[in-house]
Amino acid sequence: MIRLERRASPAPWAAGAVPVVAILAGLAAGAGLFALAGVSPLAAYAGLLSDPFGSVFGWSETTVKAIPLILTGLAVLLPARMRLWNIGAEGQLQCGAIAATWVALWTPLGRTAGAVPALLVAGMAAGAVWCLVPAALRAWLAVNETITTLLMNYIAVLLVSFLIYGSWKDPQSLGFPLSPPFPAASRLWVLLPGTRVHAGLLLALAASAAVWLILARTRWGFEIRVIGDNPQAARYAGISLARNIVLTMGLAGALAGLAGAGEASAIAGRLQQGLSPGYGYTGIIVAWLARLNPLGAVLVAFLLGALFLGGDGLQISLGLPIAVVNMLQGLVFFCVLGGEALAGYRLVLGRGRVAAPGPALQEPP
Amino acid sequence: MFALAVLAAAVRAGTPVLLATLGELFAERSGILNLGVEGMMLVGALAGFVATVQTGNPWLGALAAGAAGGGLSLIHAVLCITLRANQVASGLALTIFGTGLSAALGRKFVGVPASGFPPEPVPGLARIPVLGAVLFQHDPLVYLSYLLVPAAWFALYRTRWGLEVRAVGEHPEAADAAGTSVAGVRYVCVAIGGVLAGLGGAFLSTAYTGMWIENMTAGRGWIAVALVIFATWDPLRAAAGAYLFGGVNALQLNLQAAGARLPVYLLLMTPYVFTILVLVFATRETARKRLGAPAALSVPYTRSG
Amino acid sequence: MSASPPPPHVEMRGVTKRFPGVLANDGVDLQVAPGEIHALLGENGAGKSTLMKILYGFYRPDAGEIRIRGAPRRFRTPRDAVRCGIGMVFQQFMLVPSLSVAENVLLSLPGAGWRIDEPKAVRELAAQAARYGLAVDPRARVWQLGVGEQQRVEILKLLARGADVMILDEPTSVLTPQEAQALFATLRRLAAEGRALILITHKLHEVAAVADRVTVLRHGRRVGTVPARGTPPVELARMMVGRETLERVVREPAAPGEEALGIADLWVMGDRGVPAVRGVSLSARAGEIVGVAGVAGNGQRELGEAVAGLRRPLRGRVRLAGRDVTGASPLEMIAGGLSHIPEDRMGTGVAPRLSVADNLTLKSYRDARFGRGPFLDPRAVAAHARELAAAFDIRAAGVDAPAGTLSGGNLQRLILAREISARPRAILAFHPTRGLDVGATEAVHRLLLDQRRAGAAVLLISEDLDEILLLADRIAVLSGGELAAVVSAGEASVEEIGLMMGGSRRAAS
Repeated sequence: MIRLERRASPAPWAAGAVPVVAILAGLAAGAGLFALAGVSPLAAYAGLLSDPFGSVFGWSETTVKAIPLILTGLAVLLPARMRLWNIGAEGQLQCGAIAATWVALWTPLGRTAGAVPALLVAGMAAGAVWCLVPAALRAWLAVNETITTLLMNYIAVLLVSFLIYGSWKDPQSLGFPLSPPFPAASRLWVLLPGTRVHAGLLLALAASAAVWLILARTRWGFEIRVIGDNPQAARYAGISLARNIVLTMGLAGALAGLAGAGEASAIAGRLQQGLSPGYGYTGIIVAWLARLNPLGAVLVAFLLGALFLGGDGLQISLGLPIAVVNMLQGLVFFCVLGGEALAGYRLVLGRGRVAAPGPALQEPP
Repeated sequence: MFALAVLAAAVRAGTPVLLATLGELFAERSGILNLGVEGMMLVGALAGFVATVQTGNPWLGALAAGAAGGGLSLIHAVLCITLRANQVASGLALTIFGTGLSAALGRKFVGVPASGFPPEPVPGLARIPVLGAVLFQHDPLVYLSYLLVPAAWFALYRTRWGLEVRAVGEHPEAADAAGTSVAGVRYVCVAIGGVLAGLGGAFLSTAYTGMWIENMTAGRGWIAVALVIFATWDPLRAAAGAYLFGGVNALQLNLQAAGARLPVYLLLMTPYVFTILVLVFATRETARKRLGAPAALSVPYTRSG
Repeated sequence: MSASPPPPHVEMRGVTKRFPGVLANDGVDLQVAPGEIHALLGENGAGKSTLMKILYGFYRPDAGEIRIRGAPRRFRTPRDAVRCGIGMVFQQFMLVPSLSVAENVLLSLPGAGWRIDEPKAVRELAAQAARYGLAVDPRARVWQLGVGEQQRVEILKLLARGADVMILDEPTSVLTPQEAQALFATLRRLAAEGRALILITHKLHEVAAVADRVTVLRHGRRVGTVPARGTPPVELARMMVGRETLERVVREPAAPGEEALGIADLWVMGDRGVPAVRGVSLSARAGEIVGVAGVAGNGQRELGEAVAGLRRPLRGRVRLAGRDVTGASPLEMIAGGLSHIPEDRMGTGVAPRLSVADNLTLKSYRDARFGRGPFLDPRAVAAHARELAAAFDIRAAGVDAPAGTLSGGNLQRLILAREISARPRAILAFHPTRGLDVGATEAVHRLLLDQRRAGAAVLLISEDLDEILLLADRIAVLSGGELAAVVSAGEASVEEIGLMMGGSRRAAS
């Protein structure tokens, strides 16, 4: 008889092996589902892998997709260190885009040299505000932030529709729901000529370093880590939960808003539907795969960005909706969770025994 | 007449959410938080739709939807109960996966019409003034949901199994010591959650709209999760919350249709704003009355020293 | 022809159980006859609970066998044990707080049909309760009951299942001396009907009071089985501990200075909507230890939380070094010189996944010496941690090791190091030696006495009356949220204090 027996602490090889094995497992499971959808798995995976990594342009496009993913990953990761779930990154991103559009199109700044910094700051502010509503509800009314941040996503998407079908509609767009295009001064600068890789990359990398610095080297980060490990101990140590909820979610929202401002300003050049194919939700997976490590999030964001790019290609070549990418991400996420859980166990053959967790985390029997 | 039409529409609009809420209520009562309701509803919506279209039999569609939702929920169950993974993360994965899966597999069915359950007025009851028009001129799935509410209440409070569910969700160690199979009870409750969510989704696609669109639940799964909190984990209040939501939804739809001069998109926001307000109210109320979530909710159970 | 004596009700032979890192039971033998009350005696960590959990089917032994009424049995889950007529009352009650007494009892009854009939269950329970002197309202919700009443529900559960082997794990740890006497009477009645009772305890006087025979465990091994009443307590203590007496800590006479921690007419709301602390006034002066004695659940937790700034008092004042700090936040209390050794060291006192160094800096990270501005210097933190670890003998795999890997004793040393190194004016020590072995307990007592010598005021809240008698200069007795009395050490006898814990007030004051 084979049984699973709990280990005293997770196996040492888990940290590195689990994400890799899980990703492979997820992709394998995806192959089965491709077949179910009537698509050759080989063709699908060939397409998925060749596009992002097959050419310089592919690499650059992967980077383009990675930029918002780094930021939304950070937006989920930072509150998660405090045991808060921010699944509103998608909505915060949209609000960032709205604010950037407002600066670009409806303020005099939009045509000046200060346009880009202004719209980025506006995007961050809007994202922060959008996240502060659930944060305040959580900090002072103990309302579960998981659901409120998510509901705000739907409201934000509707807000975008409201604007681009309504007063912000481009009169020259032939009925398509789009805002007028940003003036040239409001377009975020391109870093590598000939590609779409934009200055947002530098901001995203800086943000990742900044979040790392905050967590590892500041008092604020210490408080976050204590709350995340044991909220009761934090209270006992005099750490203010409410203040940290507000600050952390505010920063998280700002990062997601920055992503939105970047996408609107650098990639789309206007406000439109579909600015984000779900970057906010993928941010959750980025955060989890990176094990809530801000530096690791960069690498994971690139991997998932490649997945998105491949999915784009599949849309064209095989007629599959971009949703397959979500499907694969979900599968990978499942496999990672399962893999992490299994790493806490070991296989025992024969007549095992019901074991208890080791004395480390409980008093002796 | 407008009012009656809105009330009847409220019942119809509330039904998918009611089914999903009741399902999630059972899962949470046993201590398992399943945030994948949205994904399960979508998968159920697609499965029900496809089965109805292929076989022409909406009951087979309902069966397929329940099976699909239940099957998907088992992934969450294995991860969370047997492997003790993080329940929030697993639920989110389920939503992302279910959304993607349904969109990918459903692309062939966009634009295909399906005829769901024909409305069948209940003989006799349908002729009661006011109530008859509002409650008894719907299709069989709605009537099923009517029956499910008292059935859920009875199961939870008047049967041995219901006692075990409540014990497992509040204090699994005590239930375990009393000889109850904690894992067994939780598996069944999560599966119930999946089956009902799938049914709710099928109602949306086959009966309510008669078509399949990507992401057609538009957050109803999440609203169900919020309504479970509003319901303080009680089936009767869940029904009240679901129909209240249905009312808000129906009202804004009818206002749109009646050509009210309110911006469409702002009206569409009302259900979500309403849910947030409901959540705030419910949280304050449970804090005040010291009712609460099942004490062991979202905490994995390990038999330890 | 001699009839062979009936087989013992319970027989455990050669039972061995290993957990990662510790050998809990090592070849233990145990026999209990029908109608016998058998005490299982040993210190914390001797393996008593583990042995009984094996008997109850919670754990499976690595070696050894169990026989019930002569027939060998193998229990895979508690259900198997229950079916054999074995029942166990744990230290932490296995009761679902939000359900009623009747529902809890129904839950533990196997296969009684798919419907539940609460009125019938209520009637039957009431009858059962009356028969054995276990007064409790079957319709009450468990969270409304006091600890003594909850214990009675546990016993009723066992009776409802027809248990004829009953195991009780430290049952008097939550009772007043008078309630304990009532329990013993119930136990005698149960045993007289032919049941086998096993009483896990670490209190010597209980053994003589109620048991027939006693088996002593030490470090997982059986030291011996002796008659309960014939064996002198000194002998039992020696078997338990391996040496004559437990400790000789010298306490110099007190020379108290000014008031460091003052509580005036404090009222604090409890979790059940009823005030848990009612008009308590107490003063702890520099250089003295004030012990607060009382059975758990009489307001100690709420009192401690109010003093530490974790719970807002309804009325009354708290003074720290002369300053009014009523309702201040924990941060202000820390800044004012109050140290708090929490009741629940893993739950509140420590962040288990953070490093030992981080935990040692948990309250002092705001100090300027650990970094400039918003920044925190990890090297300064680590250096400070290494100093403290050396000074307080905290054994860990380096200061970067997660605090959760420390043993109970080391963890308590970490907490003490953190709290004491801040040179506090007042120390709130809440059950500081709970769950610790003898060596660790002695170390904690020594540290507290050192602080007393250094001029700190110590408010010691403890369920262990022996510990209070050992350390305290003055003893306050908390009962039902009120101070029954405040006496100087030596002024009142143990029996008087026990009576006050149970609710009677001191005649003169």
